[in-house]
Amino acid sequence: MNGHSGAVVFRAEGISKAWSTLVLDRVSLELREGEVHALMGSNGAGKSTLAAILGGLIRANAGAMTLGDLPYAPRSRAAAEGAGVVMVLQEMNLFPGMSLAENLFLDRLPNRFGVVDRASLHRRAAVTLERVGLGHLPPDTPLATLGVGQRQLVEIARALDRRCRVLILDEPTAALSARESDLLLDHVRRLVGEGVSVVYVTHRLNELPRIASRVSVLRDGRFVAEHLGGNVAPERLIEEMSGRASQQGSAAASAPTGDIVLAVAGLERGSRVRGVSLEVRAGEVVGLAGLVGAGRTELLRTIFGADPASAGSVCVGDGRARRFHSPRAAVAAGIGMLPEDRRHDGLLLGQSMRVNALLMPGSPPARGGWIDRAAERGAAEEIRTRMEVDCTSIEQPVGELSGGNQQKVVLGRWLAAGCRILLCDEPTRGVDAAAKGTIHRLIREFVNRGGGVLLASGELAELRAICDRVLVMAGGRIVAEFSRGWSDEGVTAAAFESAVPMAPSRGPTTVETAGHSS
Amino acid sequence: MNRTRLGEWGVLVLVWLGLVALFGTLADHFLSATTLTTVAGRLPGLAVIAAGMTLVIIAGGIDLSVGSVMALAGAVLGVAIVQWGWPLAAAIPVAILTGALAGLGTGLLTVGLRIPSFLVTLGSLEICRGLTYAVCDSRTLFIGAAIRPLAQPIAGLGVPVTVPVAVAVVLAAQAILSRTVFGRHLVAIGANEPAVRLAGIDTAIPRVAVFVLSGALAGLAAVFASARLGSADPNAGAGLELAAIAAVVIGGTSLSGGTGSVVGSLLGVLIIATLEAGLAQLGASEPLKRIVTGGAIIAAVAADALRRRWEGERG
Repeated sequence: MNGHSGAVVFRAEGISKAWSTLVLDRVSLELREGEVHALMGSNGAGKSTLAAILGGLIRANAGAMTLGDLPYAPRSRAAAEGAGVVMVLQEMNLFPGMSLAENLFLDRLPNRFGVVDRASLHRRAAVTLERVGLGHLPPDTPLATLGVGQRQLVEIARALDRRCRVLILDEPTAALSARESDLLLDHVRRLVGEGVSVVYVTHRLNELPRIASRVSVLRDGRFVAEHLGGNVAPERLIEEMSGRASQQGSAAASAPTGDIVLAVAGLERGSRVRGVSLEVRAGEVVGLAGLVGAGRTELLRTIFGADPASAGSVCVGDGRARRFHSPRAAVAAGIGMLPEDRRHDGLLLGQSMRVNALLMPGSPPARGGWIDRAAERGAAEEIRTRMEVDCTSIEQPVGELSGGNQQKVVLGRWLAAGCRILLCDEPTRGVDAAAKGTIHRLIREFVNRGGGVLLASGELAELRAICDRVLVMAGGRIVAEFSRGWSDEGVTAAAFESAVPMAPSRGPTTVETAGHSS
Repeated sequence: MNRTRLGEWGVLVLVWLGLVALFGTLADHFLSATTLTTVAGRLPGLAVIAAGMTLVIIAGGIDLSVGSVMALAGAVLGVAIVQWGWPLAAAIPVAILTGALAGLGTGLLTVGLRIPSFLVTLGSLEICRGLTYAVCDSRTLFIGAAIRPLAQPIAGLGVPVTVPVAVAVVLAAQAILSRTVFGRHLVAIGANEPAVRLAGIDTAIPRVAVFVLSGALAGLAAVFASARLGSADPNAGAGLELAAIAAVVIGGTSLSGGTGSVVGSLLGVLIIATLEAGLAQLGASEPLKRIVTGGAIIAAVAADALRRRWEGERG
């Protein structure tokens, strides 16, 4: 496809957005009529944030946008749609219990005095469905009977019916099979032929030559490069996404590794975790890298017994291979977990730091079931001091603490529980830089005392800072393993499941085949 | 006990004193032994049931079956005394055990089948009522003298022994809630059950146990009710679950679980009982009594919601 042919439909200049840290730093983007502008970048590069700003879901802190000749600053998704910019979300907001027609026209059902005019509804729905190649489905089909791919098409159909000029697709193929992806790309191409302009966020390098007329690369919230046409060498893109300078591995520590404290063999959980085997030794932090949806969280939860495994075993160094059927059993065996979403899965937000810090088996200190309140306060104060938790007192509700302090409370709980293995899922997401350093140090101290850590993170800098080894996951499998001295390019390449042969500085110790179907 | 909670209790006591003062002014004989007897008759049964209900609600559940369980336990009590000729001391534990077993069934179904307790107890409410009719052959059993001593006012106190027993039960339940590991786990489960499970803590046993406790307390309430009436009525306790929930809510316990107190519920019971007695003294008709009581529940919940919002805005 050829870019730069049509008139400029949309332009964004100097867009910045900060939450607690800067996530977009003066990014500009131009979109011409009938082009597909692909946005590439690693996790956290700012692609989705930029897309959400265009779609009116969030507002930029700085910068200006124009649509056609008019200034464009949508205050809401509805306002953006009114102006002709429609975003199809990663998490689909459709109603499984309703029919296709109802889903398409939910906010403007044709009606007569409040009574839905079914004939008219179905007639209009049929026309809309035809446009995305779902014309063979009767409009009264319940949405629940459709697969993920077809639902994605229904979302797009819904967008198209709003006289859309700019369509924003945020990883539309992430949940799709290869065949479904192909169909979806065909339809996107057809829409482009009709004059719609598309902003296409994706993780998949192999889609670019087939669909993109322009590719922009973001890294750490900044614009890095723009390429005309979709035929960009994957090596080049990966280099741009991961940073040009070859980042060398951790200089954190050189703890000699000890006995195996955690051995996972052939662990399966449906299609989310497929035959994962790994080992963690005492004194070692093993990183889990991979894209969103690669199965890192699912793997940790399955090891921990929070989700049931369908096959495989876990061994915690006592020589006994088993599967944990509940977190309780895993905790009893000496495993602890820092969940990805600590606010929902780790804490009782309305309860005090004291209650949360001691939320573990065999705690708070008690005699015959009656809590020893002095001992309890002492134990909570000890955790507060040891973990450097910044709170007004141990009675302050944890919901009022910052993200970093909340995480220190959860971490402190497991250290106090005396576990030997820690599973950390994005341990410093939403945590400020100072607390991040403290948490990394505490994890490092834990392994130096003989513990073993398996740590999932979407942030390469974090893995580099703290891990001794890094395993890369894609499609529920471990597709590569890198020992110390790994490079960001190598990990990024493996994660993007591209077939780029790129040896990390000392070479991967094992590289399994990435037999990933989609 | 933290300061917020003491403040809440203080407000409830003030509301109750306000009601006493109001009815004392409006009705000629409100501050009398008759009123005390009325309130003392209503209070014990509702108080112990509300105590169990409080723990269930704090743990994130609800028990709609308490009224029927109370009737069933009462029927078993009546049959044991009247037909089997058991002494009171033996019949009372059997009544409490009956309630506990009903609670065990509810708890096991809720936890085992992962069905919301609202639905399980909606069913067991009917089952227990049916069992009650079966046990006492759909007739009221007259127990008579055997149980009367429990209803006689204690000299010098003016109220029967059931009142101090009920207060003791409430205080014990409050202590369990705020001072034991079990109570801590109930609060935690009600606040965020997935987080408790991921912390490696067993949630099944406390969740079943709290329904057993609620059932046992409904059994105790059956003893109180039978003592007051001198009989076991198969229709006893109809709608009692709603009165208990109202008292719990007035007492400041959140229906969504994770926070609340048993003492607050006792004060809620006291407020409801006083309101009913006062309206009766004023000669209010039955329809008016129900309308005013209903309004009081909504007012209590609205006041609580407004206070929370206000505190939330202050930060």
